[in-house]
Amino acid sequence: MNEIIDILTELHDDVDFTTETGLVENGILNSLDIVAIISEIDDRFDVQIPAEEILPENFDSAEALWALVQRLDEA
Amino acid sequence: MSFTSAAFILFAVLTLLIYYTVPKRGQWIVLLISSFLFYLSAGGWYLPFILVTILSTWLCALGIRRRDRLDEDYLAAHKADMTKEERKAFKNNAKKKKRPYLVGGLVFNFAILGVLKYTGFVLSGVNDLLAIFGSKGVTVPSLILPLGISYYIFRSTAYLIDVYWGKTEAEGNIAKYALFISFFPAVLQGPISRHKDLAPQFFTPHNAEWSNLSEGGLRVLWGFFKKVVIADTAMIAVKAIVASPDTMTGMYVLLLIILYSAVIYGDFTGGIDVTIGLARMMGLRLAENFDHPFASRSTQEYWNRWHITMGSYFTDYVFNPLSISAPMKKLSKWSKDKLGRGVGMRLPVYLATLITWFLTGLWHGASWNFIVWGLLNGAVILISRELSPLYAKFHKKFPSLKDRAAYGGFCAVRTFFLMGTIRILDCYRDVPVTFMAFGSVFYDFASWGDLAGGKLLQSLGLELWQCIAIALGTLVVFLVSHRSKTRPVLTEISERPWLFACSCAVLILVILIFGCYGIGFDAGDFIYQTQF
Repeated sequence: MNEIIDILTELHDDVDFTTETGLVENGILNSLDIVAIISEIDDRFDVQIPAEEILPENFDSAEALWALVQRLDEA
Repeated sequence: MSFTSAAFILFAVLTLLIYYTVPKRGQWIVLLISSFLFYLSAGGWYLPFILVTILSTWLCALGIRRRDRLDEDYLAAHKADMTKEERKAFKNNAKKKKRPYLVGGLVFNFAILGVLKYTGFVLSGVNDLLAIFGSKGVTVPSLILPLGISYYIFRSTAYLIDVYWGKTEAEGNIAKYALFISFFPAVLQGPISRHKDLAPQFFTPHNAEWSNLSEGGLRVLWGFFKKVVIADTAMIAVKAIVASPDTMTGMYVLLLIILYSAVIYGDFTGGIDVTIGLARMMGLRLAENFDHPFASRSTQEYWNRWHITMGSYFTDYVFNPLSISAPMKKLSKWSKDKLGRGVGMRLPVYLATLITWFLTGLWHGASWNFIVWGLLNGAVILISRELSPLYAKFHKKFPSLKDRAAYGGFCAVRTFFLMGTIRILDCYRDVPVTFMAFGSVFYDFASWGDLAGGKLLQSLGLELWQCIAIALGTLVVFLVSHRSKTRPVLTEISERPWLFACSCAVLILVILIFGCYGIGFDAGDFIYQTQF
């Protein structure tokens, strides 16, 4: 989870990712950020996020993103 | 059979009567028969093409389902004995095994669309090139273009991809699947509903509920009003301006930007109102395609509010897979190493954005006008994104400005004119003429004299009452749209019987008195129904 917050903070250091739950809904993350996040997660966790998982509910919070990584890693 | 024709109204009424008369389990069959009769009415030669698309995507989806079931059964039996890595490898392998069904279905259907829609455009381009070298060109064949092909191919390919991704269940009954693809109110111009959202609604029983009939019926009338009172009337002036790009310049081009925005809004949202209203009368809820687009403060926002189902198709099935594809990842890594982190992050996304908008333009029509239209939209979105740090700095300096209505209004007007300017590429015969016409706004000031001289109406081919109809109609649409931000006005009206009856009567009268139709007037077809 901390590593996910690190990835997000590298993109937007002015956001409190421990509490924010509307990252996509509130326009904090754009498509540029999402592609960067997917690339970083691939590098750091060896988890490939497929296109069908690019949904607002999977990227709206650090927690949701962490749950997605765990689910994909669990296979 | 145009939506605004008496034949269509009769056809829709008869369908509704039979739909609510037959036993509930047969309702979807009524819709299927009606849909094929509607499609046949456009021409018998179109039918084999939609049938081939239905059959091919249905079979491919069943192939995917069969593979999924085999792999799920194997995994269920052996999961406990497998390590995490083995499970991952198995799942990756399973994906590879079902991929040929997806790729086969997509290639086959997009090839049909490509050949029928773009052969003429490509060969004309080849001939232009050959002419430069003095060679004789090839003959450009005149191919038929089945009505609604761009929409039904999008609907069927979206279904196929969703089955592959496990987002919807493959339909085992081909007749049921055929209804999803050919549903007559939506077959010609969308909305591009997703299978998981729409298909289950067809097969649940529907009673003739007053709330559905009244709200749906009112929305159909509202759509007719927007189409025949605003769009078709404004189209007279649009045609007059576009027909004389050499003389109707300057102020007329500015007028064109405004009038064509009214045309496309009234035409497209009106057509979708008829579609959604008619489906609602059947107890079906289709995806909304518009969300106050002309209130958008930016291009990006505009495209989140205009033709929403097309936008989400391109985002989900083109932009997302493309921007995270293996070649884009390689490009990102290479550019990060060679050109720096900032460029490396941007390059794949920006390239994917431009490719997506190129395809969006191409989908709208086989001409350079639409390709340039698409690329300009993509370019504006990317430039806005690059300028966003500047906007952020500006708003930091003037924090109270963002929430002021006047600033919001300014941003909406700016977006309206920006989108309207790009949109006139739809109107003129080619790209150079469009740019020359737009350029005249900045040097042809003499044309403004026509405003004072009273020549304007004559030049536009409009009567005074038609101008008043367009202006008042647009004002009513604006007020209703603005009021509907909290709760749809049409819903509120349909809940009050007297207000509902009066509104229907007024709308019918206004359509009959001010609408463009009847003897001596050829009511225009819906732009999105004939272009696609």
